Order: sequence, then structure tokens, then C-alpha cells
Amino acid sequence: MASIQLKDVRKSYGAAEVIKGVDLDVKHGEFCVFVGPSGCGKSTLLRMISGLEEITGGEIAIGGEVVNNIAAADRGLAMVFQSYALYPHMTVRQNLSFGLENINTPKAEIAEKIGSVAKMLQIDQLLERRPKDLSGGQRQRVAIGRAVVREPRVFLFDEPLSNLDAELRVDMRGEIAALHRRLGNTMIYVTHDQVEAMTMADKIAVLRLGEVEQFGAPLELYNRPRNLFVAGFIGSPKMNFLAGRIDEGDRGVLVLPTGERVAIPEDGFGHRPGQEVTLGIRPSEMQPAADGPVTIEVRSVEQLGGESYLYGVMNDGTKVTVHSPGQTGVRIGETIALGLPPTRIHLFDTQGGLSLRAD
Amino acid sequence: MGKIVSFMTRTRAGKGQMDWTDWLTYGYLCMGILLMFGPVVWLVLSSFKTEADLQRFPPRLLPYAQETVEVEGYDEPLALFDIVGGDHEGRKLALIRRVGLVAQMIDPAAPDERLRVNVADWQPIERVSLAVENYTLLFERFNFLRFLWNSTFITVMATAIMLLVNSMAAFALSKYKFRGRTTVLILVIGTLMIPQTVVLVPLFLITRELGMLNSLWGVIIPGAATPTGVFLLRQYMITIPDEILDAARMDKASEWKIFWRIILPLSAPAIAVLAILAIMWRWNDFLWPLIVLSETENFTLQLALNSFQGEMSTQWSNLLAMTVLTLLPIALVFMFLQKYIATGIASTGGK
Repeated sequence: MASIQLKDVRKSYGAAEVIKGVDLDVKHGEFCVFVGPSGCGKSTLLRMISGLEEITGGEIAIGGEVVNNIAAADRGLAMVFQSYALYPHMTVRQNLSFGLENINTPKAEIAEKIGSVAKMLQIDQLLERRPKDLSGGQRQRVAIGRAVVREPRVFLFDEPLSNLDAELRVDMRGEIAALHRRLGNTMIYVTHDQVEAMTMADKIAVLRLGEVEQFGAPLELYNRPRNLFVAGFIGSPKMNFLAGRIDEGDRGVLVLPTGERVAIPEDGFGHRPGQEVTLGIRPSEMQPAADGPVTIEVRSVEQLGGESYLYGVMNDGTKVTVHSPGQTGVRIGETIALGLPPTRIHLFDTQGGLSLRAD
Repeated sequence: MGKIVSFMTRTRAGKGQMDWTDWLTYGYLCMGILLMFGPVVWLVLSSFKTEADLQRFPPRLLPYAQETVEVEGYDEPLALFDIVGGDHEGRKLALIRRVGLVAQMIDPAAPDERLRVNVADWQPIERVSLAVENYTLLFERFNFLRFLWNSTFITVMATAIMLLVNSMAAFALSKYKFRGRTTVLILVIGTLMIPQTVVLVPLFLITRELGMLNSLWGVIIPGAATPTGVFLLRQYMITIPDEILDAARMDKASEWKIFWRIILPLSAPAIAVLAILAIMWRWNDFLWPLIVLSETENFTLQLALNSFQGEMSTQWSNLLAMTVLTLLPIALVFMFLQKYIATGIASTGGK
């Protein structure tokens, strides 16, 4: 069993605290993605789990065993690095066998393992080449192969796809997900790309400034974001935020600075009359409607054929994105009204940014 | 071959024409060859001259030797002369002995008759000939092989130890974070500012206390770590990505193995440069061996060369021959390793 528990894990460089008490519980066999903007500490956290970075406080347990004082090599993990970090002077075969040689695996067994891994990752034609003669995608496969061949308890991926072009990235995404299904190991994957996180993860941990903002299944994060940051980070294009104040007399109405009144659900959220709240709604849930409560002036239109995006601003300058299926007849400069289905609305306390969802 | 010739004789104007820039370029290159190779060629040619030929003024480019002839009744071969004046004009005579301005000579064809010849009337018969005895004497009379062995042993051992020590120091200074790392580095580089002559006496005292005087190790050990080498290798190792080391650590490689299997192979160009420099420094080192080694049997080639130069007289013929032999190994090393110098320096420079 290779579950991973982090308890109040901290890291500071001198006075600068980069990881501020992280608690996580990754179960055996889960594909967990750390996602967050650059500088949020996600790579540092991964390196702390790997043992390459020392921790300043807290406790890391792998498979129930606290590994704080166990060296990286002895934690039974394998890591795939952003730059692949292949050994440039060794052939692909030597790159794959290096780790096995270090644990004194018999030669025949090494050859056998390399053979099966190379076949699985389709790099069996490349075994005698050196990394510099490989393309980006091939290097990536070799880097993954080097991790797989050692049969670790846990795989760690540090932004492995960020050096690949868009098309290859989609392919490799699928392959890594398939690899996880086939091997069934616990995997931790770091990325700044929320699409990667959404498509691959069993569980996502959204990090910001060294803290976990929310940890849960992808759709849970999408449907029930715990705060403004997660709501804005998960989902593409970004969720629209309309700041306003709850009507003094009616909990079912949000008054926007423009004077527009938006109907909001009275139940399900813990908002008080007169409270400053921010309404969040996904671009795909906001649709043009003649009697809609919000009007925007369209500044830009993107027609992708199968879908279209409208970018507009409200009277007070708030930017709004609308994502509609199919093609649209709306032109730049037009003023349109938008309908906001009450069931699709998220409400956040403007102060502190926490979700006002009651349950 | 034809390709090489056409490549070597390319000109800017083409088709065998010479542009003025061609004249300039070829002139410059020829001057370079003359400056670089002239002394070496002169040295090699002179090393094949006899002692008498070396003393001759004005000097001649090629080594000449006097024609000799074996004559019955004389143990040594006799020198042959053309007679250009006097009674025996036109004959070829061999010299028996010379007294003042008059020489006793014989005709090799009729050895019984002794002839008297004025030295103004003769002209030595000479031909180009290599005085190989300059070289053979080195092996017969002097212990050349012993000196060669000493030099080789010192060069090889000192270079190997120096590369090992320097690369380990450079690895630590470039890839490990520890308190005082910068201080150590500054101290190492700071020693570059202290001239070797200043530390000569303390170094000698230490070497003496360690009982290494008059031993080859006394030459090898004090030069085992050089600030230049540490700095050169450190600068190169900094460019090796840390992620590769992290990957190796995840692959359960020990730190020693990381050094041996990852760092050293990846630093090969810089190590090659340092190896060449170290071999040249060691091979040509003179002052320190001169201080440490006092017994002839421990002499390096450089010291042996020096010992040819006596206070009263210098045996130029042997000295030159030995100089050529001393030059050869270093020239060979350079020929085989020079391609690494270019790539090594290019890649240590930046990137």
C-alpha cells in the first residue's frame, strides 16, 4: 500500500515561508494533481515528498511510514522531471538500466525489464540512441520509462508535459492516464495547467502561496469551489465574477453597482440582507436572453465554428465572458442582455472570498 | 590528395589567380610558420650536428660531416681533403696529423708515401650526415631512460592525482550547498594571487618534514591541488543541471557514484583541457624538481638537461639531442589531445 499523508508540512527558506502547513491524504492508487499558479509551491511540495528537499516542519508518511528522515533514494519513489533530466552521456538503454544497476539487479532481469517497458512505451527502437538524438516526445517517454522500470511505489511527475508542443501534450496526457490505469500505482502530478488537472486527476489539490485552497475530485472543485480563487482557477474560460450587495429587504435579490437586480436563490447559501457578496457564474451558463437582468456591451467575438465566445463589459467596467455552443449572430459593439439561471449561481463573501454555500 | 592540394591552394580570386588579400594572407601565414617552426627545425637539425660543426661560424643549416677513409695501417678512419693548391693540386688526400700550418697526408690509393701539404691548400670534403651518436650516447653514457621514467612517472601520477583531487573539490564547490562554500572558493581562488616563489621556502620545509625530499613523491604531492584546476572544473560543473543529479539520486545512486558515473563523464571536455595543461606543466616543471631532487638518479629530464650545462663547458650536441627527445612526448600528447582543447575551452567559456 502506498498512500501518502502530509500533516502540517512546512518549508521555509530563512524567513520566507513557502509551504505554510499542508495537510493532504492521497489514497493508494489515486492520481493526485497539484495545480496552482507559478510560485505557489507545488513543485517544492513535490520535491519535499520525494525527499530531494528537506522539510522544515510537519510529517510526511508514505504507506503509513513516516519518511521525514529517510533519504530520497530509499523512499521507493520515482520522479519524472520537467526537463526530463536524462543522462546525456548514456544511451537510452543505459538511462533505463542505471537505477536497476544501483540496486544490484541481475543483468538478465535488467534486460527483461527494459525490454517490456520499452515495448510498452514504444521506445524499443531507440534503445541504442543518446538523448540528444531524440525528439521531445521520445525523451519524455524515456524519462517515464526510467521511472516505470524501477517499479516504484509512487510516481511523481513535475510538470512533465510543459516542454512539449500542444498536440503532443494532449497525446502524452492520454498516455500517462492510460499508464496509471494499467499500473495502478499512486501518482502525484504537478502542473500549472488546470486542463491537465481536470482531465487526468482522481483528486486535485489547488495550491496558492504555499497553502492548499481546496482538495477534492475534479468535478467537486468545478461544481462546488470553496472560494473565489478555486472558482477562478478551475474551469476554462475563467468564471465570471459580479460583485454586489444583497438587497436590504429581499434575500433573493442581488443589487449590482450598475443598479441591475439579479435574482439569486434564497436557499442553499448563507447570505444575509445587506451583505457584500460576489456572484460567480461559468461563461457557459450565462446565455443571451431578451429579458435577462444583466446587460453588457460586446467588445470582442471569437467564432470557433462549433462554439463561440463573447467578451464584453458591464456599465461599471466588470468584464464578462460568455461561452455559447454553435455559432452566434452577435456583433462587436452590440449591447445584449444575459440571463443568469439561479441554479447555476455561486455566491462568495466578498470579504475573505469564501463560498457562502450552506452545505 | 588532389582535393587537399586544391583546398590548400585556394585563393580569393580563384583559378590560380592571386588577389592582394591572398598575398597578405599567405605572407602572414608563412611568417607564422617561420616564427613557430623555425626554432624547432633549427633545434632538430642542430641536434644532429657534431660538436665541431656546432662550434662553426657562420653556422650552416644542415648537419655536415667530413668524409673519411679507412687506410691500411691506421686504426682510426682518416679525414679526406681536396687539395686545391700547391704541388698536389687536384688530388684527394687523407690527413694523418697536422703540425702548425703543415699537415702530413697520404694518398689512400698509395698509403706508403707521406706527403706534406700546406693547410691553406686544402679543402675538407664534406657531405650531409646525421650525427646519430649524439642520441646513442645519451643511452650509453647517460642514464636517459632513467630520467625519462622519472619524468613520465611524475607527470602521469601528478596529473592523475591532480585531476581526481581537483574534480572532487570542484564537484563539492559547484553542487553542494554548505555553510562557508563561498569562503572556501574565494580562498582557493585567492591563492592564485600568491606567487609560487613566495611559498617556495615554506613548501620546501614542509616537504622536508614529511621526509619526501629526494623522492619523486616530493615533486608529485605538493602540486596535487591547483586553484586554476578547481576553478576551471567548477565553472564547468555549474552548467550541469541539478535535475540530472536529482534524477540520479532518485535512481538510488550514491553520491560517490553520482560523481563517478554522472559528473566525471559530463565534465570530460573540461577535464581533458585540464589534463593537457597539467601534463605540460608537470613535464616542463623545472624549479620545484630542482629544489626537491638532488640525486642524479631521481632527476627528471628537465634537470638532466640542466646538468649538461656545466660551469666551464656545455656539451651542446648532447644537450640538443636530449632537448629534442624531451620535446617529443609533449608534442605527441598535444597532437592527440588538441581537438579536446578547442572544444573544451569553447564549452567551458560559457553556455
